Amino acid sequence: MQTKTHINLDPAFRWLTLASGLAVLLLVGSILYTLVMGAMPALKHFGFGFLTSQEWNPAFMEFGALSSVYGTLISTAIGMLIAVPLSLVIALFLVEIAPPAVRRIVGGAIELLAAIPSIIFGMWGLFVFAPFMADYIQPWLASIAPGFPLFQGPPMGIGMLSAGIILALMVLPFITSVTRDVFQMVPAVVKESAYGMGSTTWEVTRKVTIPYGIQGVVGACFLGLGRAIGETMAVTFVIGNRHEISASLFAAGNSIASTLANEFTEASDDLYLAALIELGLVLFGVTLILQWAARWWLRRTARKMGAVR
Amino acid sequence: MIQTATAEYQDQRLKRPFALHATKIEPLAQETQIKIATRGLNFYYDDQQALFDNNLEIAANQVTAIIGPSGCGKSTHLRTYNRIFELYRGQRVSGEVLLDGQNVLDSSCDVLELRRKVGMIFQKPTPFPMSVFDNIAYGLKQHYHINRSELRDRVEKALQQAALWDDVKDKLNQPGTALSGGQQQRLCIARAIAVEPEILLMDEPTSAIDPVATARIEELVDTLKEHYTIVIVTHNMQQAARISDYTAFFYKGEIIEFGATDKIFTNPDNTKTQDYITGRFG
Amino acid sequence: MKHRSLKYRRGVDMGIRLISSLAALFGMAMLGWILSIVILKGMPAINWEFFTELPAPPGMPGGGLANAILGTLLITLLAVLMGVPIGLAAGVWLAEFGQQSKTAEAIRFAANLLMGTPSIIIGVFVYVVIVMTTGHFSGISGAVALAIIMLPVVARTAEDMLALVPSALREAALALGVPRWKATLGIVFRSAKTGLLTGILLAVARVSGETAPLLFTSLNSPYWPESFKEPTANLTVTIFNYAMSPYEDWQTLAWGASLLIAGSVLGTTVISRGFLWYRSK
Repeated sequence: MQTKTHINLDPAFRWLTLASGLAVLLLVGSILYTLVMGAMPALKHFGFGFLTSQEWNPAFMEFGALSSVYGTLISTAIGMLIAVPLSLVIALFLVEIAPPAVRRIVGGAIELLAAIPSIIFGMWGLFVFAPFMADYIQPWLASIAPGFPLFQGPPMGIGMLSAGIILALMVLPFITSVTRDVFQMVPAVVKESAYGMGSTTWEVTRKVTIPYGIQGVVGACFLGLGRAIGETMAVTFVIGNRHEISASLFAAGNSIASTLANEFTEASDDLYLAALIELGLVLFGVTLILQWAARWWLRRTARKMGAVR
Repeated sequence: MIQTATAEYQDQRLKRPFALHATKIEPLAQETQIKIATRGLNFYYDDQQALFDNNLEIAANQVTAIIGPSGCGKSTHLRTYNRIFELYRGQRVSGEVLLDGQNVLDSSCDVLELRRKVGMIFQKPTPFPMSVFDNIAYGLKQHYHINRSELRDRVEKALQQAALWDDVKDKLNQPGTALSGGQQQRLCIARAIAVEPEILLMDEPTSAIDPVATARIEELVDTLKEHYTIVIVTHNMQQAARISDYTAFFYKGEIIEFGATDKIFTNPDNTKTQDYITGRFG
Repeated sequence: MKHRSLKYRRGVDMGIRLISSLAALFGMAMLGWILSIVILKGMPAINWEFFTELPAPPGMPGGGLANAILGTLLITLLAVLMGVPIGLAAGVWLAEFGQQSKTAEAIRFAANLLMGTPSIIIGVFVYVVIVMTTGHFSGISGAVALAIIMLPVVARTAEDMLALVPSALREAALALGVPRWKATLGIVFRSAKTGLLTGILLAVARVSGETAPLLFTSLNSPYWPESFKEPTANLTVTIFNYAMSPYEDWQTLAWGASLLIAGSVLGTTVISRGFLWYRSK
């Protein structure tokens, strides 16, 4: 039996894997750099006014991001207002109320909902949900609150409200699953001792589970917010794509992501392109901050909860 | 296969007297062949020092047991012999581990060849996710140019040495994980001895195994010492008394007492050792 | 001291139980609604021509999306070839070498940021870096965009899966004198293979339904994909274009494509979840 001599490949292995890891780091840096450089002409030309101007007129080379930013904020706000309470109660259902078999089925369904591609939500939103909104929900809303400024105008189906509701459906599974995980982190002993004092399920939930998990839930909402803000295809299908700000939620509008999706390939002029890239930069910046805040918050929470245990 | 302690090593031993521990550790008798010696061995987990000035001598072809309460540094000490601790960030060592007189901690020592010479058995059986045969063949193919028939012979020989051949000769193509716990541990022993090591390090090898299987492994250790130098870490004092020739008692990272097992267990010099073996703490 | 009415407390409890059950039911109902619509509207478009023919001009009978199906497969395959090896390698470094070091923490943080970056931003990035410099839309730029989206997902899942491998197994391989790269690829990978496969499948599932990053990279094309250097037909952008068109037969094709995409994405997801479930048993 002859002994093998071998070349030591371990350093090469180590460097190769490190290089791959650094590639991830490099990517984030170069995305930021590329967007800043690409947006430079617009940054120079419009300055801060880019964010406060509502004019978006490629024919006259006027570009203001306000309507896109406004649309992003409003549609996301609607989405979060619906998704957060709904996710919370569904997570409660999964952790505290449902029997194991039901838990598995509902949990599986929520995960499937999360896996549905954005463009499918868009198709469903445009061809099925928007007509449904126009025929039933919007007339009903207008009738229960006549004259209410948010519910003005013709019920077209597409528009800010529909976009918000679809966003809610898209981030709901995400917030639900993170919230569920947070609720499950509550030590069983703590819950049991509350039950042992004769509390009902809701009382345990309200007095123990929610206070215990509230910070984690906030982090989950931040992450969901980050998703909703950058969501593109579903919103592009149903928001209406109009560069105008209206008070009514029934009106068509646009968002940063939908503007990019619709106009990027049409941008023939350098300044037009730079303005679009600047929109992208704004979106990237906001998601970076949200991500960072959410991770920081979740990590802090996990540490705290670890300390409690 | 067994190497006698070289003259060079003897010289070294004379040339370099080391400060014996305050509690006085008897060095091995001059005529005993020394396989491993540690000199001034310190170990750190980040800033935390875990071993303090360990000086120990392991006799060739004998079983040396390392005992002591949990967290006393038994495993940490053992894990310097094959440099497996290097896997983790923040784990550092200073001092010397002399294998046949050569410092294995020196960067010039080839770690792959070192680990071929120094096999290791872990607390829990660690069969690789492959067949029984491939588990044994894996290390062999790593270290030797070997043809198929020779490979078969070697695998069979290793399994026989580990007293496992009769149990698995019809199951060679089954996954290693399908064996029972005790068989898995013997598989790991067979895998370690297949590459013809000189030393076997055993880190609480029976702590995850039932009493019957434990007895078989203890028998095996007794037969293996004919060919290999064995160092075994155990928290089971009866086990140490049963199978070892020498015993080292560790406490808080220091070697409190070292000597022939008979002496340690019947007439220890140190009161701490006495307290531990009589079960007063630990 | 007065007792709080037990009846009242039970009533509130029941009320909350009812609300949360209804919310769960609502979630299920929405899933059911969306899936049933996709199936109902998509089925009529699915036939032999759908898989074998090029799209026909609007109003002409027949025609299919064979080019887009092939294009999506090719783009995804290319993305996997680029994204998976680099992602796996990054995961290996994080789990095996980086551990808790500053560099590793920075890479993890960057990977999380990248995972949370809207996919349309990745599209813009690749447009500026590849499409603008080469001067034309191309299938390869689409694949690069998808690979960038896969990269952090694969890296983090790989790290998690490798970290699950007991360190004793890693040590046992190294203790035999096996070099690190061999121990990692031969023993650790083998031990984690179900988890790694699941992670890769989930990443593929996520990426194959992506539209936004392809809009201004791969673009779309009515022809067979012949070269990755040209705009390449793909299903998701086709859905977008056809859905927005006024032609009913194109919209039907878009529904067919939606069914195909939803079916394969959800199918892949279910299969990989099944893997995990099977392993945990």
